[in-house]
Amino acid sequence: MIAQDSSKPAAMAIPKEGYFKPEDGRYGQIYPRTPANYGFTIIAKIKPGREAAIREYGTKIEKTIAGLPEALAVLKLHYLRWVLFDIGSDTYFMYQGIFDTDFDKYTEDAVELFAKYGINTVFENLDGFPEDWNTNAPAFVKFVREHQCPSFLEYAEYPYVTADEIKKALTMKRKFSEMLDQMQ
Amino acid sequence: MLELDDVQHFLVSRSPALAARYEFLRFPNPRSGHAWLSTVMEKIGSAKAVAASSNSRWISVAFTWNGLRAFGVDGDALASFPEEFRLGMAARANMLGATGKNVPERWVGNLASPDLHAIVILFARDEEERERCRREHDPFRRECGVELLSSLDLAAIPPFTHPHEHFGYRDRLSEPTVEGSGFEAPPGAGEPLKAGEFFLGYPDETGLHPALPQPEVLSRNGSYIAYLQLQEHVGAFRDFLRANGNTPEEQELVAAKLMGRWRSGAPLVLAPEKDDPELGGDKQRTNDFNYRTMDPYGYACPLGAHIRRMNPRDTAHNMRRRRMIRRGGTYGPALPENAPEDGVERGVAAFVGCSSLTRQFEFAMNVWVNDPEFHELGNERDPIFGTQDGTFDMTIPKRPIRRKIKNIPAFTTTRGGAYFFLPGMRGLRFLAAGARELH
Repeated sequence: MIAQDSSKPAAMAIPKEGYFKPEDGRYGQIYPRTPANYGFTIIAKIKPGREAAIREYGTKIEKTIAGLPEALAVLKLHYLRWVLFDIGSDTYFMYQGIFDTDFDKYTEDAVELFAKYGINTVFENLDGFPEDWNTNAPAFVKFVREHQCPSFLEYAEYPYVTADEIKKALTMKRKFSEMLDQMQ
Repeated sequence: MLELDDVQHFLVSRSPALAARYEFLRFPNPRSGHAWLSTVMEKIGSAKAVAASSNSRWISVAFTWNGLRAFGVDGDALASFPEEFRLGMAARANMLGATGKNVPERWVGNLASPDLHAIVILFARDEEERERCRREHDPFRRECGVELLSSLDLAAIPPFTHPHEHFGYRDRLSEPTVEGSGFEAPPGAGEPLKAGEFFLGYPDETGLHPALPQPEVLSRNGSYIAYLQLQEHVGAFRDFLRANGNTPEEQELVAAKLMGRWRSGAPLVLAPEKDDPELGGDKQRTNDFNYRTMDPYGYACPLGAHIRRMNPRDTAHNMRRRRMIRRGGTYGPALPENAPEDGVERGVAAFVGCSSLTRQFEFAMNVWVNDPEFHELGNERDPIFGTQDGTFDMTIPKRPIRRKIKNIPAFTTTRGGAYFFLPGMRGLRFLAAGARELH
């Protein structure tokens, strides 16, 4: 890892292709780590009449995470954002994720996780999603990559910091505070 | 239930062997291949046949995608095989980390060539037996018009008391157990793995049946195998140990930290302070450990040690989807202790068997072996067999402060590799009959 200064805000403009130099991953081109870490923005048209079904999954995932906080650990996430919006008479689903590991590296883990917690079912409401996704990780990945819209700018107030580092720092802060309390 | 009378024995059992020979073949026309395979069929042992015989001579045969094409398999069927197998290992070299001195342009034996069609693997009791088999096979192969692109002779190196490679590490220690193979999982290995993780046509660990490449008579009971010929730089390895340890004991400890096991095979998690050769050789104990509770910070086995990368056990997700069956042996003469590097090539020539090259083998190479961010280490690769160019480190957690060895040299160089499909017996008969369905 190139030492990155996390104390100074940083921005990165990204070429139209989404990467600076070609680098092969198992399922295709690897997208670079930016000051805002790894991430994707998947935008896909939903099948007509599926909006309510997709919105219901918001509640479902909320409940899953409340019961199993570690459920999505493998994805090394910072944030997920799910958005529905209309263009003309069509409705589109945007799935934006910011995380600490190249998605391509852990693709099959992600696909299996999606299956386990029902996130796949959200995808099944999208136009063109492969029906055999659960035994065909390459087809799942192909769909994701075809609908990925790379950023052309990413910015971070505290760049290149992983979620693990943030969690460790918060634990340290809490323990230090406890220690001070006990020293009184 | 695993069809032991149809899968080749190669990934199910090992025959006792001190020598081996790999031959890399090209079939100039389908006829040559059909004639050759029809006759060698009787030497290819199913798992069941090999288990029932004591000393017959068995071989294993596997094909590249180009080899299946050379046999006359039709276009639709060829297209139904997974992309990474169709492309072949050389085309995937960058992602696998075969860069710098490891690039396919430098590979030996025509392994990177589209002319590579098949491999014949012979394990023999000893070198004499291997030579006898070679002499027997050569004229027959020529008679069929099958071209020998290259070959590699393998032999165990002394001491012959246990299998080990040129650096001296005991080998064949951690092996997945397959459901229905007739073998029991040793303590620490977990439940046997579903056959579909290694053989096509069975449910895998998801409980589902992945689609088979076509036609099913060819693909069912087959496996993919990734082949790698890895040169081991024994002189450089020993120099490194001497440079990083003042006494023989310290040097042994450095060797153990790189591997995660003492050279005897004893795992550092169970023997953190000093070697325990008896433990190393005890199959009931040598895998009976985990990392999450027994060594979470790597004070015994460093987070980046070879065995902790190749099998993170309970510290990685979906481990049961990433297991691989290993086979292989050593080639080249042993470098005597205290002898300087003699420049003679030696190493290991090994296979990884699985049902998905991408999910299992390529993941292991791309992430576990070569991802500098593995376990958030930041600037490390597998110290034994990662792509090293002198710019990566090795962190050895230690109290009160960790030890960091900088600029790890390359102890291994990839000399070649290929992806093969190892068909079941029915698949082989289908190919021998001209890649047409038998009625």
